[in-house]
Amino acid sequence: MSVAGINVLVEETRAIQAGAKPPLLAVRDVSTYYGSVAALRGVDIDVADGEIVTLIGANGAGKSTLMMTIFGSPQARTGTITYDGRDITRLPTHAIARLGIAQSPEGRRVFPRMSVFENLQMGASLHGERHFQEDLEKVCTLFPRVKERLHQRAGTMSGGEQQMLAIARALMSRPRLLLLDEPSLGLAPLVVKGIFDAIKELNRTDGMTIFLVEQNAYHALKLAHRGYVLVNGRVTMSGTGRALLDDPNVKAAYLEGGHTGPVGA
Amino acid sequence: MAHSPSATQAGAIPGSAMAGILRDAALYALVAFGLCVPIISYRTEAGPGSDLLLVPRWGLVASLCAAIFVVRILQRLILLRRDARRALTPSPAQATEAVHGEPDAGQKTSRFGLWMFVGVALTLPLIATLATGGLSSARYWIDLGILILTYVMLGWGLNIVVGLAGLLDLGYVAFYAVGAYSYALLSTTFGLSFWICLPLAGVFAGLWGMLLGFPVLRLRGDYLAIVTLAFGEIIRLVLINWTDVTGGGAGISSIPRATFFGIPFSAGEDGFAARFGIPYDSMHRLVFLYYLILALALFTNFVTLRLRRLPIGRAWEALREDEIACRSLGIDTTATKLTAFALGAAFGGIAGSFFAVRQGFISPESFNFLESAIILAIVVLGGMGSQVGVAIAAVAMVGGPEMLRNLGFLKAVFGEGFDPNEYRLLLFGLAMVAMMVWRPRGLISERLPSVSLGKRRAVSGAHVSEGHG
Repeated sequence: MSVAGINVLVEETRAIQAGAKPPLLAVRDVSTYYGSVAALRGVDIDVADGEIVTLIGANGAGKSTLMMTIFGSPQARTGTITYDGRDITRLPTHAIARLGIAQSPEGRRVFPRMSVFENLQMGASLHGERHFQEDLEKVCTLFPRVKERLHQRAGTMSGGEQQMLAIARALMSRPRLLLLDEPSLGLAPLVVKGIFDAIKELNRTDGMTIFLVEQNAYHALKLAHRGYVLVNGRVTMSGTGRALLDDPNVKAAYLEGGHTGPVGA
Repeated sequence: MAHSPSATQAGAIPGSAMAGILRDAALYALVAFGLCVPIISYRTEAGPGSDLLLVPRWGLVASLCAAIFVVRILQRLILLRRDARRALTPSPAQATEAVHGEPDAGQKTSRFGLWMFVGVALTLPLIATLATGGLSSARYWIDLGILILTYVMLGWGLNIVVGLAGLLDLGYVAFYAVGAYSYALLSTTFGLSFWICLPLAGVFAGLWGMLLGFPVLRLRGDYLAIVTLAFGEIIRLVLINWTDVTGGGAGISSIPRATFFGIPFSAGEDGFAARFGIPYDSMHRLVFLYYLILALALFTNFVTLRLRRLPIGRAWEALREDEIACRSLGIDTTATKLTAFALGAAFGGIAGSFFAVRQGFISPESFNFLESAIILAIVVLGGMGSQVGVAIAAVAMVGGPEMLRNLGFLKAVFGEGFDPNEYRLLLFGLAMVAMMVWRPRGLISERLPSVSLGKRRAVSGAHVSEGHG
């Protein structure tokens, strides 16, 4: 990415923070509990239209909880979540999905006994047949592996293929905002690269807004326009992807000592 | 296979493997012996006075243990051969292969079997009449056919809830009861005809299905099973105790008979026989009932097969696979579950009102937990979600025990006191165990994708994790 590009992004970030353009997704002071245990404590996050935003953090920091809270399961105990100017904090999950948010959940969660094709049909269930063929061709171009396996039972595919299917399935609903929960989990570096390339492609050509939860901090921050660091249910740091990558604290906690250095990437 | 020369070839079993099998079989025989000692080894009989005598039966114990020893050896040998054969010819649905387009031999047989099944079902009264030499003497077979078809319909109805949507329902008989009682009460109290009551029974049962659905929406698996079980018992207890309306344990009798779309099956002027200019025979009604339940069962099947191809049917199957993923795809799981419950219940209710019109008498006795268990067993044995499997399982589960009545000739082997009917449950248990061993996923564990591009392809059940959904 060029220096000029970064500067533009920094400007944009400032503009968002100044409230010039309302963000597509705004998480405000959200706290989520499991029983009496707080998983999120007053989290604030903005995702602007057309951005890739990543949330990094260690195991148990509450990354997936935030993702699921945006999707209404579990619901936030306090705070508000606004999507496209609409309060979605108390909406049920399926109603949130109908507003144009799609999710590739943690652990992929494809339908194992159904064929890949049927999985994609399930993804398109909000639109039915209307533009199914068109969308099918689109995801097949993005993930040629999915096309090869169209009539295979989804549960018999490899982890990487299932991850691609999970993203492809989410894309079938033509989302404006795509939530991805650890798409790199348990995958070989080359497969991870393929998936991250696809995410970048989606953002660049379709202008899709992407909120990416990742443990693989190096790749995620390199890909994202902006990032947030979550520690014990609180956002401790935020900034552009580049700024966070260069930050000594982030480096120490998530990059150098961690499992995902720039080696071979 | 090159490095394992003929070790697992069919027919040739090495000594070491054989020793293992013998050891294994001996262990089984030992366990059987342990079980037999407290249960079978002594029988109490009334002595000459009022005292009890212990009659030793060690011979029986020994023969049972020997039988188990032999059966276990045979089972191991058969499985060994099957595995060897499979190792030599890889299955068309290997994990990473795309599923085959061409139907294999098994599928061709099952397709042929399906048409034979439908053919026999359609012509059963004719076949029975020809075989037994008269309409009246065919009564037993037609009665049996009606009984089996009722269970086929119930199995198909429950299949929507359990097989497709994956919601374990142990109280299905409650809806059967609701249907039966709604026809009985509507016809005896308001004089409504069967043809009006039939859809009404479906509607009522469907409403009850929704009513049950609401509180259990959040439950899954074991918890759902317990609540539905309780629901079934509650309905039965209400039927017993609400004497004013339901007649209590005495039930409701003299329920009006079915008519041929308004024409009664009577010997009189307005009767069916007189209208159609054929000699009166009481069997006409029975044959009509047979075709009625056949039509109802096929209707259930038709609706299920259609729904499987519609979004709602696919949503049920997706719900069975992964509820969280379903919700995140924008599927309203609440509505999806409720429709499955309501539709399954509605078919149960229709079957119930058929039951009432056939029997002419109903009481809470007919709707106990055992009925739910049998219907569920039919669905599970048939292979969850498979329509043909359910039909075959219903024939085996309902028709099988009936066949025991015809085993009187075994008296020659086991002595005069032998009554095959006493062994119904034993054989039932044996059949269950055999199923667990040979077909743990049900008789027919394949499912066809509901929609596919071009050719239909079977998705083999071989790689489905057991107990999933």
